[in-house]
Amino acid sequence: MSNGTLTSSPHDHQRVKISHLMQQVLLACVPGLTALVFFFGWGTLINLVWLVPSALALESAAVWLRKRAVRIHLQDYSAVVTAVLLALALPPTLPWWLSLLGITIAIVIAKHLFGGLGNNPFNPAMTGYAVLLLLFPDYMTRWLEPAGSGQTLPGLMDSLNFFLGREPDAGFDAFTGATMLDSFREQHGANLFTEFWNTSPLSGQWSARGWEWVNAGFLMGGIFLLYKRIISWHIPVSLLAALTLFALVFHDSGSSQSLGSPLLHLFAGGTMLGAFFIATDPVTAATSRRGQLVYGAFIGAIIFAMRSWSSYPDGVAFAVLCGNAAVPLIDAFTRPRTFGRAP
Amino acid sequence: MTAESSRKIWPLPGGVYVEANKAPSLRAPVTSPPLPHQLVIALTQPASISPILCAAEGDYVLKGQVLAHGSSDAGINIHASTSGTIIRITPHAVPNTSGEHELCVILQPDREERWTRMAPVENFTECSSELLYARIKDAGIRGLGGAAFPTHAKLVGATNIHTLVLNISECEPFISCDEALVHKYLNEVITGTQILLHASGATRCLIGIEDSKPAAIRALRAALSDPRIELVVVPALYPSGAERQLIYSLTGVEITADTLPVEKGFLCHNPGTALAVMRAVIHGEPMISRVTTVTGAALAAPANYEVLFGTPINELLQLCGVDNENLSRLIIGGSLMGTQITSAEVPVLASTNCILATTHEELPAPLPEQPCIRCGFCVPACPVLLQPQVLYWDSRQLALTDATSHHLADCIECGACAYVCPSHIPLVQYFRAAKAEIRIEAEQVHIADSSRQRFEFHQARVHAEKVQQELRRAERAALMKPAPEQPLEVNSAQATIAAALARVKAKKLEQALSASNNTKTDEGETKR
Repeated sequence: MSNGTLTSSPHDHQRVKISHLMQQVLLACVPGLTALVFFFGWGTLINLVWLVPSALALESAAVWLRKRAVRIHLQDYSAVVTAVLLALALPPTLPWWLSLLGITIAIVIAKHLFGGLGNNPFNPAMTGYAVLLLLFPDYMTRWLEPAGSGQTLPGLMDSLNFFLGREPDAGFDAFTGATMLDSFREQHGANLFTEFWNTSPLSGQWSARGWEWVNAGFLMGGIFLLYKRIISWHIPVSLLAALTLFALVFHDSGSSQSLGSPLLHLFAGGTMLGAFFIATDPVTAATSRRGQLVYGAFIGAIIFAMRSWSSYPDGVAFAVLCGNAAVPLIDAFTRPRTFGRAP
Repeated sequence: MTAESSRKIWPLPGGVYVEANKAPSLRAPVTSPPLPHQLVIALTQPASISPILCAAEGDYVLKGQVLAHGSSDAGINIHASTSGTIIRITPHAVPNTSGEHELCVILQPDREERWTRMAPVENFTECSSELLYARIKDAGIRGLGGAAFPTHAKLVGATNIHTLVLNISECEPFISCDEALVHKYLNEVITGTQILLHASGATRCLIGIEDSKPAAIRALRAALSDPRIELVVVPALYPSGAERQLIYSLTGVEITADTLPVEKGFLCHNPGTALAVMRAVIHGEPMISRVTTVTGAALAAPANYEVLFGTPINELLQLCGVDNENLSRLIIGGSLMGTQITSAEVPVLASTNCILATTHEELPAPLPEQPCIRCGFCVPACPVLLQPQVLYWDSRQLALTDATSHHLADCIECGACAYVCPSHIPLVQYFRAAKAEIRIEAEQVHIADSSRQRFEFHQARVHAEKVQQELRRAERAALMKPAPEQPLEVNSAQATIAAALARVKAKKLEQALSASNNTKTDEGETKR
């Protein structure tokens, strides 16, 4: 026998690695990312290209400071996933230092200060996003109008100028504009829903222009993850069901008091990204199947409440963080029954 | 003709699909290996029982002669596996988990195979249960599923057995000894099952077999004619062959780890045990051998052998053409629940169901442990519906109260969770460590409790004696004292009050004493 090390049972393993799971998640982001680039220009891709190496550098530094094996930790791809999710969530017009601040908060504060992968109570990408939103609301709401809405999309040079923090020759206002959710909220109470819908240049074929395809892309990616059994259906389905239910109740048949149709809510803003990629982060989600149903529904309800009654146009990040905070409570009340024992 | 059931199957609540690796060892039928140069017969007994020798060094013994028996009724008779001379009786390494040496008889075979048998039973259906139990005990039969629990101890005291379960659901991916045994000894196994049915008083027998063994299913279907015996095919899923899991699959009855299946009326046996029962009753032969799978990629010719207890494992490996260059690990039992051993200089025991000589290519070394990301893959894998990722946190932090309230004690250590873990966390190892911690803590609490009880009992007794003494003194004093006129009444009244008080006190003490006695017996019962 070649070596003297004893191993404990089981001596065989299904050779699946975390890195493999994370790679599948990255792959599943591709359709949504493609739609974002198509409708909103190069900004998201620039965010991504900037954030991934930054995240790896920060991860290495944090792991090294914590005196852990750097190579093993980098191989789990979790930092890359955090960077990609943050890049997908951030507006495509951010200067480099702001997104760097966001990823630093995500990796260093939200993850490593809490003990690293597996120990963080809050989703790192969403923590980074939420802190930026609180500190720099102007920058964080500077979205672009989607391709096809009448305004020109910034080219690669303009996008790079945004990234470097320089004002483009034509000025910011030439490109930026309110998102569908934002403009809908602004006019709330003034028009009938249908009237608003028919006149707004931001309406698309069934939901917000551009965003409907971005969300469709993330939905596709989510279905891929479900098919690959990387995630289970419980969280996304209960999240989307709760959001749909609230939207149905408050749609108010499209009156001037309407808070938006279910299709608008499902396919605008960060709904699908949140439902399939963010809320399903296993580290920060509820553990039992029943708990996951509660957790998803809770997040769906808060997304709707934030969109409708807060001063923010979207609420996925805050909803996910609220859900994270509720996890210990949900877990305590949804413990599954053990074999042969009463529940 | 056969009692093939359209019975409902209760799907295992968890489990993992693990690709079987049984074909290499099933290529040839079961044969007996040549007699080894020396036999090392372990005298291992169940916990807290010690072996009592019936033979001495230098004695010539016959095949089937008793070498040792247990120090109590729950002990096991150990027989000579062949005829020959006892060279030595000495502690020797055996393939166990603790690594502790066990007292062994080293036997030099004379190659004559001279038997001593017990009287055969003509017609077992006319025998009483007690007689059959006694025969099973005399024959030293223990369970061949891997735990080697004495069969008679399982039977005795089990009064309301309604179902006998024959477990041919061999779910460990490398082990094929039961399947091979059923092919070779089909009718013998069925007869043994009928004896067990008769002895236990069970009204039916359910044979649980995995759907991955079509040949064995066909053979059983053709051979079964007893209407009490029902063949039930269960899906091949690890660990479908675990005792409580199989009972659930067959009947839907859930039995927790702290309840014995016999308490619920189930008696679960392995086909090897049934064969041994048949041999003991019909032929009068004690249990001296078992069918063992010798397999793994480090062997040129894996096979199932009917091996005499005490056969050195290295001789079996030589027989199968072991490639020592490529041998990476030697495992007793399967790849999922087996125990790794460091030396092949150990004998085959009743619990040795498989010897797995594997290579790095076949079973690579475990990958480095990574953080738990609570992905929850382990949850649907757990056959007892635990949340391994939660137990992992409890175990790692030695949060023993939490671990207990999350039912760590119900974990059967099947390793399905660790098998699927993408972070390669040796979960079973964590769980075993936490269970050991809990056991140690419970023992310490028990020791502290009993010392406190002894102390309190002692104090109460001393106090009671003192009170009695005072009482007697007061009484004596009252008698001795000459009766004064006036104050007498007061005094005697005082004395009466004092006496009454003392009586009350004594009574209270008595109650306290009997109460503490009661708690003691209560504890004795729960400890059981």
